[in-house]
Amino acid sequence: MFYREAGQFKTSYGADQQILPIRQDRIGMVVLLAVAFLGVPMFASEYWFSAILIPFLIFALAALGLNILTGYAGQLSLGSAAFMAVGAYAAYNFQLRIEGIPILVSFLLGGVVAAGVGILFGLPSLRIKGFYLAVATLAAQFFIVWCLTKFPWLSNNSSSGVISAQKIIIFGHEFNSPQDKYLLVLGIVVVLALAAKNLVRGNVGRSWMAVRDMDVAAEVIGFRIMRTKLTAFAVSSFYCGVAGALYAFCYLGSVEPDGFSLELSFKILFMIIIGGVGSILGSFVGAAFILLLPVLLDVLLPALSETLSLPVDGASISHIQTMIFGALIMFFLIVEPHGLARLWQIAKEKLRLWPFPH
Amino acid sequence: MARQIGEVIVDLQNISLRFGGVKALTDISFNIREHEIRSIIGPNGAGKSSMLNVINGVYHPQEGKIIYRGEERRKMEPYEAAGQGFARTFQNIALFKGMSVLDNLMTGRNLKMKATLVEQAFFWGRARNEELEHRKKVEEVIDFLEIQHIRKTPVGRLPYGLQKRVELGRALAAEPNLLLLDEPMAGMNVEEKQDMCRFILDVNDQFGTTIVLIEHDMGVVMDISDRVVVLDYGKKIGDGVPDEVKNNPEVIAAYLGTQH
Amino acid sequence: MQFFFEILIGGLLSGVMYSLVALGFVLIYKASGVFNFAQGAMVYFAALSVVGCMEKGAPLWLALILAFFIMLLFGMATEKFVLRKMVNQTPISLFMATIGLTFFVEGFAPLVWGHSVRGLDIGIVDEPIESVLDSLGIVVSRFDLVAALIAGLLVTGLALFFQYTRVGRALRAVADDHQAALSIGIPLERIWAIVWGVAGFVALVAGMLWGARNGVQFALTFTALKALPVLILGGFTSVPGAIVGGLIIGASEKLAEVYIPPVMQAMFGGNFGGIEGWFPYVLALLFLLVRPEGLFGEKHIDRV
Ligand SMILES: Nc1ncnc2c1ncn2[C@@H]1O[C@H](COP(=O)(O)OP(=O)(O)OP(=O)(O)O)[C@@H](O)[C@H]1O
Ligand SMILES: [Mg+2]
Repeated sequence: MFYREAGQFKTSYGADQQILPIRQDRIGMVVLLAVAFLGVPMFASEYWFSAILIPFLIFALAALGLNILTGYAGQLSLGSAAFMAVGAYAAYNFQLRIEGIPILVSFLLGGVVAAGVGILFGLPSLRIKGFYLAVATLAAQFFIVWCLTKFPWLSNNSSSGVISAQKIIIFGHEFNSPQDKYLLVLGIVVVLALAAKNLVRGNVGRSWMAVRDMDVAAEVIGFRIMRTKLTAFAVSSFYCGVAGALYAFCYLGSVEPDGFSLELSFKILFMIIIGGVGSILGSFVGAAFILLLPVLLDVLLPALSETLSLPVDGASISHIQTMIFGALIMFFLIVEPHGLARLWQIAKEKLRLWPFPH
Repeated sequence: MARQIGEVIVDLQNISLRFGGVKALTDISFNIREHEIRSIIGPNGAGKSSMLNVINGVYHPQEGKIIYRGEERRKMEPYEAAGQGFARTFQNIALFKGMSVLDNLMTGRNLKMKATLVEQAFFWGRARNEELEHRKKVEEVIDFLEIQHIRKTPVGRLPYGLQKRVELGRALAAEPNLLLLDEPMAGMNVEEKQDMCRFILDVNDQFGTTIVLIEHDMGVVMDISDRVVVLDYGKKIGDGVPDEVKNNPEVIAAYLGTQH
Repeated sequence: MQFFFEILIGGLLSGVMYSLVALGFVLIYKASGVFNFAQGAMVYFAALSVVGCMEKGAPLWLALILAFFIMLLFGMATEKFVLRKMVNQTPISLFMATIGLTFFVEGFAPLVWGHSVRGLDIGIVDEPIESVLDSLGIVVSRFDLVAALIAGLLVTGLALFFQYTRVGRALRAVADDHQAALSIGIPLERIWAIVWGVAGFVALVAGMLWGARNGVQFALTFTALKALPVLILGGFTSVPGAIVGGLIIGASEKLAEVYIPPVMQAMFGGNFGGIEGWFPYVLALLFLLVRPEGLFGEKHIDRV
């Protein structure tokens, strides 16, 4: 009853083109942001910050990056983790080697370097499509991680490429506590998510979707396929790169190249499949789902095995988790290829009309 | 404004196009004059679509020259053709299925948008102004084609006839000076065909847009074209005003010989 | 020079094994347009099934037969419960579904058969062939040779099967054009079931050979990662492509591993081993830049 757009008339194209044209949605967003910035820091525990909220935001950012490439521009990538690695190592090296560079600038440059590397590995997309490209992105995955392990300069000669992130100091304030880090990550993610939303609803976004949906027609209407695809690779890798830098600096503190494995790339892919391919919201929902599921299963499975008095050891639990992940992916692709974000949309449509059926 | 047929803007000379062993076009020459409606007809597989693809750079002919406003061009990519004001529709609808009608039409404006990536990311400066300004243009096209009610609908959900109309809209949004239409009325009922004919004539009349039309419906072709080219098995067998072509014995033979 | 040949031969022999796994991909892709990422997981599953049955007391031959039926069942179930439900979706969606399948199998197989690393003895010892060693001074592993022979036999057998049997012809018809195949009355679903069965069989042979060589363990799933560059090189649809591609990748990878790291070491210092992981991919990509249609593919221009 309260979710209605009746009486809200658009009097200009500007008003019609807002990100959230319906007033209730705008209020909802403001409330959500207030909770995230003010409410959560008051109530969340240290565990929640560092084990759930921070990784959630970081993975949502990486998923957003992949979604730009795969969901909007239609180029499947299996190398997201490698671009995160580039961002992390680049940010680390900027901090290390440039005296007094602000940390935020390092994060930004980390993203920029990742974008450059992304363009490099996006070049094959000009000649190959579909699975060929997906397989080609594996080259990025393996090659980058190998480089980070083998060139000691990149990790300041630490053993097997491990880096320990530097302190985060902004305007003299050290972001040390989980709560501080959470707020920092939240701020960055909110800004970048907004930027992504703007991109996908503007001319670049339309060029991506046009190339995704019908590349010949896109070129005939004036989009350059090459530039469009490479822009998608660049922007996507930028997002992954910043996510990687945050992953190293605000979440783990110290990382090794193998932390950015193919496994992680798949995890990010699963986030967008379950959350929603081609949806900004979906990237967040998917990240939350994929992160919370194991937590839930860790609690649920032992409890279940106890009530059924089936002995289940730790290894089996992890096998079952893997199975459930796989099964869910297939389930979503079969039943709701647009993921949880679409379900949310459908629910909203229903709510708009409720209690009348049509 | 009375429409006045102008000078030759596109001159095709001795075009030949092959796919492996298949000769799609053999030594074809004809020209297109400003403001005219120029039709290409011929039986299935005659090479009509290939001809359009050559004109706007989707296919590159092995032999022949294309002269555009007095300048020869060797090899042109489709986006360059778009830059010169060529727009087109496709025989099999080639809309961007995942996007709304409005967004599909907005893509037609892309070459006129200059905002940088960063401006777009923050919806700031040129990005904002352009988006509003071009939206206004696109709304004019929407009004012209009478598709206001489906603005926000994803094109994949529209019936066939409307999709064809939206595709015309996307081309029109680019404000082309040469419009290439590949069977815009195929598969439509009489009423839809009439609408489409009206739109084509209006575009030609109001904006002076030069139109190259491929169409199988002879009634329509003879009615609205200024000049007609006839292809058969990749060769040109006739060229002239409708009456001339209608009475050309070779054309009659081709059409009688290959009944479809 | 002897050393070079030794590496080359070793590389070619392991290349045949890559071909074998790549063949599994090609079969399914040709017949159903699905790029089955789970092929590697199937190799693992098959090998685990063999050792699992043997642990339960079955002799090798029985274990192989049982494992074959397990793979057959698995293939048919996949076709029925996953792929058939996704017929109208894009190839990329199908591909992602097979990534899901990969995870499912990687959890399911060890859950059923246990995850500890186990040996698999198929009665061939891994030692140099003496006559070759004596006459040419080159070390050629007997095991590798036998494995390559078996793989070669299988590949030839399948090629003949495709060429000369009724089912094989139907398979090729399906590969060329699904609609047309349907319209002349070829039962698509049965064909797909057969293809998945055959792919399961190929996985079984690969699993047996790789498992006997390196032990039956999770790393067997990585055979898929070895086969992917072979596919880029040879094309997803070409059986000869899979074979030649496998040989090229196998040989060049081993040679690169021996000859490139020392050069890099001289240039940068440090240790640059382990380039096998990415070298085949980079090689395949460079190749594609020159010839985007792959080794045996045909040039194709999108029709509009
Ligand atoms: N991309 C392509 N690759 C290979 N052959 C092609 C391609 N495009 C067209 N051809 C071939 O070129 C010839 C002409 O085709 P085209 O589509 O131009 O004919 P058309 O006159 O438009 O026919 P229709 O009336 O059926 O649309 C046909 O033999 C066709 O098979
Ligand atoms: Mg045609």
